[in-house]
Amino acid sequence: MNTKKTSLYQLHQESNAKFVEFAGYQMPIQYSEGIVEEHKFTRNHSGIFDVSHMGQLFIYGGENLIKDLEKIFPLDLKNLKLNHSKYSFLMNKDAGIHDDLIITKINEGFLIILNAACKDNDIKILKELLEEKYKMVLDENRSLIAIQGPKSSQILNDIIAGVKDLNFMSGNWFSFQDHKVYITRSGYTGEDGFEISIPNDFVDKLTRELINKGSKLIGLGARDTLRLEAGLCLYGHDLNKDKTPVEANLKWAISKERISKGDFIGSDIIIKQLNNGVSKIRVGIKPEGRIIAREKTKIFNQSDVHIGEITSGTFGPSVNGPVAMGYIENEFSKKDTKVFLEVRGKKHPANICGLPFYKKSYVKGATK
Amino acid sequence: MSEVKYSKEHEWIKLEGDVATIGITKHATEMLGDIVFAELPEKGSNVEKDGTAGVVESTKAASDVYTPVSGEVVDTNQAIVDDPSKINQDPEDSAWFFKLKIKDQSEMDTLMNKDDYDKFAKETSA
Repeated sequence: MNTKKTSLYQLHQESNAKFVEFAGYQMPIQYSEGIVEEHKFTRNHSGIFDVSHMGQLFIYGGENLIKDLEKIFPLDLKNLKLNHSKYSFLMNKDAGIHDDLIITKINEGFLIILNAACKDNDIKILKELLEEKYKMVLDENRSLIAIQGPKSSQILNDIIAGVKDLNFMSGNWFSFQDHKVYITRSGYTGEDGFEISIPNDFVDKLTRELINKGSKLIGLGARDTLRLEAGLCLYGHDLNKDKTPVEANLKWAISKERISKGDFIGSDIIIKQLNNGVSKIRVGIKPEGRIIAREKTKIFNQSDVHIGEITSGTFGPSVNGPVAMGYIENEFSKKDTKVFLEVRGKKHPANICGLPFYKKSYVKGATK
Repeated sequence: MSEVKYSKEHEWIKLEGDVATIGITKHATEMLGDIVFAELPEKGSNVEKDGTAGVVESTKAASDVYTPVSGEVVDTNQAIVDDPSKINQDPEDSAWFFKLKIKDQSEMDTLMNKDDYDKFAKETSA
């Protein structure tokens, strides 16, 4: 299979991107300034991310679609207001996660943003579950970019007036030079920002205008350090089919209203785990020194017993130190519990900590 | 001034008397990206030619640092452990990694000179 290119490929090349293959796409991992500078620029100013490899799935339908989707997603979709978004999961019968996603109520139905590596399988599953009753379009004629960071609202609003009035996790249709764009106030960096769904033919133009206003292209490398500092999960690493939303410490995303009734895929397991607790759970882990504990690093307790594993770990440029997340036996999941991480044959001390690692208030005033 | 030699693993080595200073090349730092962690061999330990003698990590991945010659570690550069970004800034001078009292001067002959290394680096990164 040939690797696909997004509509911003030429702009990435002009911007000296280093490319990697990701989920079948040629994607920029970084540009000339490098991951650390790109990360900091996003936190302090504004960064643009090409996330066009992600799936934009439109499902069209009315009341019946809402009922059918509620059998799939643990969300109170009948009360989801027009243009409002929710974070959710596509689960199997055991509540294992096929994908994590954002679902938005639009006029004609729903827009679901899916992970690039999962989208084809997700659609297969959804088609089966919905028995082809509804029109579903994975729209490959639209690109998706995110603009993130404290200056993003002003920059985007200068080009597309009105976006600054959007509330977090809500969206609307706007126009960019007479072309329909759907913009939500959301993102995956821990910063204020927007995601913009725009026809492929115009994404290059919009992105160049955003750059002219002071934003910069940011690669997937910094996207990863930003999301990890923000305590957000990456599918295929922190989430997979063997982990449930309760184990992933994401129970806040499950509608309380829906739990009381149960009737969605995986609800038996979810309810059981909410009532009885889980044996392993996702936590934040902060190594004491500078040692970086990567994915698959083993976690030990103070008696040298293997109690868990790291699922994401890197150096956090804004935290200015190593950060990690992983799954650990529940009894060791309390904040400030001391654990040991085995890196290159040696055990290094670390502490269980709350997420996120990076909060806006923490850095405000602390940096230049 | 003594000649600087280069290894296929992208280390540079400068010999003065029987003490060699070793670091990683600018080309290596460009391939690695921002270096955020460095681990050095222990002072007093012995390292063998082509064996592991440290680690550097970028935000993305960890890479071993090899020693191009054998010897006893007589000094290490704590400054790059405390601030690994120095390695990106000045890899072939102030951000050296460790110094060895070398055992066998003839091991130097197996290494590349600057022209050969530059050619090698260009070919392997293409």
